[in-house]
Amino acid sequence: MSTLATPLKGHAPPPEAPHPAAAPDPATDPMVPRPFRIVRVKKELSDTFTFDLVAQDGAPLGFRPGQFNMLYVFGVGEVPISISGDPAVPEVLVHTTRAVGTVTRAMWAMKAGATIGIRGPFGSAWPVETARGGDVVVVAGGIGLAPLRPLIHTLLNQRESFNRVMILYGARTPEDILYKTEVRAWRGRFDVSAQVTVDRATGGWSGPVGVVTRLINAGGFDAPSTTAFVCGPEVMMRAACDALTRKGVARGKVWLSMERNMKCALGFCGHCQWGGAFVCKDGPVFNYAAVADRLPVAEY
Amino acid sequence: MDDVSGLLRPADQSALIDALTARGYTVLAPVRQGDALTVAPVTALDQVARGWTADQTAGTYRLRRRDDARRFATTPAALPWKRVLHPPEAHLWTARDTGNGFEMISKPEPPPKQALLGLLPCDLAAIARQDKVFDNGTFADPVYTGRRENALLIAATCAQAGDTCFCAAMETGPDVRSPCDIALTELDDDAGWLVEARSGKGAEILSGLPLAPVPDTAFTQRDAIAEATAAAQIRTLPADTPGLLHRHLDHPHWQAVADRCLSCGNCTNQCPTCFCSNTEDVTSLDGTIAERRRVWDSCFSLDFTYATGRPLRQSTESRYRQWITHKLSTWHDQFGESGCIGCGRCITWCPVGIDITEEAAALAALEDAAEAAHA
Repeated sequence: MSTLATPLKGHAPPPEAPHPAAAPDPATDPMVPRPFRIVRVKKELSDTFTFDLVAQDGAPLGFRPGQFNMLYVFGVGEVPISISGDPAVPEVLVHTTRAVGTVTRAMWAMKAGATIGIRGPFGSAWPVETARGGDVVVVAGGIGLAPLRPLIHTLLNQRESFNRVMILYGARTPEDILYKTEVRAWRGRFDVSAQVTVDRATGGWSGPVGVVTRLINAGGFDAPSTTAFVCGPEVMMRAACDALTRKGVARGKVWLSMERNMKCALGFCGHCQWGGAFVCKDGPVFNYAAVADRLPVAEY
Repeated sequence: MDDVSGLLRPADQSALIDALTARGYTVLAPVRQGDALTVAPVTALDQVARGWTADQTAGTYRLRRRDDARRFATTPAALPWKRVLHPPEAHLWTARDTGNGFEMISKPEPPPKQALLGLLPCDLAAIARQDKVFDNGTFADPVYTGRRENALLIAATCAQAGDTCFCAAMETGPDVRSPCDIALTELDDDAGWLVEARSGKGAEILSGLPLAPVPDTAFTQRDAIAEATAAAQIRTLPADTPGLLHRHLDHPHWQAVADRCLSCGNCTNQCPTCFCSNTEDVTSLDGTIAERRRVWDSCFSLDFTYATGRPLRQSTESRYRQWITHKLSTWHDQFGESGCIGCGRCITWCPVGIDITEEAAALAALEDAAEAAHA
């Protein structure tokens, strides 16, 4: 831990602030957020939005697909949010968030030009490299597509490294389909099989209706060589992991990403414990073989 | 250098506190506060509790006069030492709104230099457990590690088992086993303190004290005191407790505990290894200064764990299961040892007297009965 004495630029320290000479340094203190500027806000769905962020100090935030950051709203609080951008373009940090709590609702009200504090990246990543040479099945439910998007970017950037690539996405209704433009683009590619199903059809929906596990059961992938990446509500992940293994995909080649509340993301606050795992540092990406026994335990 | 040892006669014992004070330490020791033995700063030896202990049973704590003049036969203190290194409230940082974003303008005060005098072996083991939590190989917590690096640990051979104690079963005491700077044993008949350096820091302090030679019988006496304390303990844990709990995450027994558990969190506050915390973000009245604080939290709080904005452990049974399973089972997965050090505070301070050892034993008995029924 360093105690860099950063001079305050042209401001006298306010009387409420103790120890003005010792400003904490985000580079060495994992508790301290780095200021990022919101350069673009995109309203994705009725309650879901995407921020493009650029570091105020200009240093890009490199990350691996599946990792997350702690996002801080000045004076309000901090929440863990997965990174949704392209790992090959670390200059722009992308976060897609649903407004469900105090902090995320405050974020919903923020506009381009505003500042967000960032700590990270934290946690385990989707092990893309282990999927090389075989088929890849990406299974997403609802906003679970957001943590999978960096993985999909990587798969498409390195498309020749994989055999078949399938993206199976379930949303509640056609209005709840996230990243619609990109989903359309994936569906338009000849080297990707992207399928979308909805729980409830509305408007002119002509696609499949039903849970995403139906798309898994329909097959189209070579199970022994398949690596699967799953993210969505826990009940959906349980069903999807079960369906994948029943199709013959090895448990050790199925990966899922867990969501838990976190206060520190460093393994100190204890909130994100799931069995013996700290989701913040042992996860959020877990191997299904390692967690299959705890995944069905209620209120665990 | 580390093998300094000697006898500190009663008349010379003040010299230890003086030596610590001269080196800039705030000395913390067991003191009597009202009808309890707690931990507080002292500046002189006569402030350290002498000739007092506490009788502890499930749900009760009673101060009692001893028939000897021991200072460190207190049974586990009513306020755990945990707060010294992992404070109930800690300032993390302060930031200021610059009108164009925000900037960090402060960090916590330099960690205090504290000497912990008269730690019982269980509480010393708890510090070793928290050392692993707050420096986990990936991250080090600046608040805890700063205080820990500045701390001097003086642990005492435990001469008094409480009814709720089970350090012998957890292999954390009653002798001083975990790393510390000085190990201290109060010899019988007020003959003095046998002091043994356990670190370079401890040796440096002891070498400046008026030490008398170690009496021939001192080490034998030290071991006999610990053995007697161990022999007086009545509680233990079932064989393979980690596996037992892991096998029965869905057992109906958790409901039977929940029928009694108030979900009050006393056990987590009292537990010297429980480390969970929450953060609080506070702003100045005009909104231009924001401070982040860390406060103790408890897995018995309804909103401790949530996903997608909803509490995940809504039932008391799931919260009790989380606490006992973490303490006795999944802590092994995380840190290679038990999260319980056998101090018994959770039993003493539970308002309804729920006993962690009894609940583990009950689960083991139910498992045995189920197996017998299937045989």
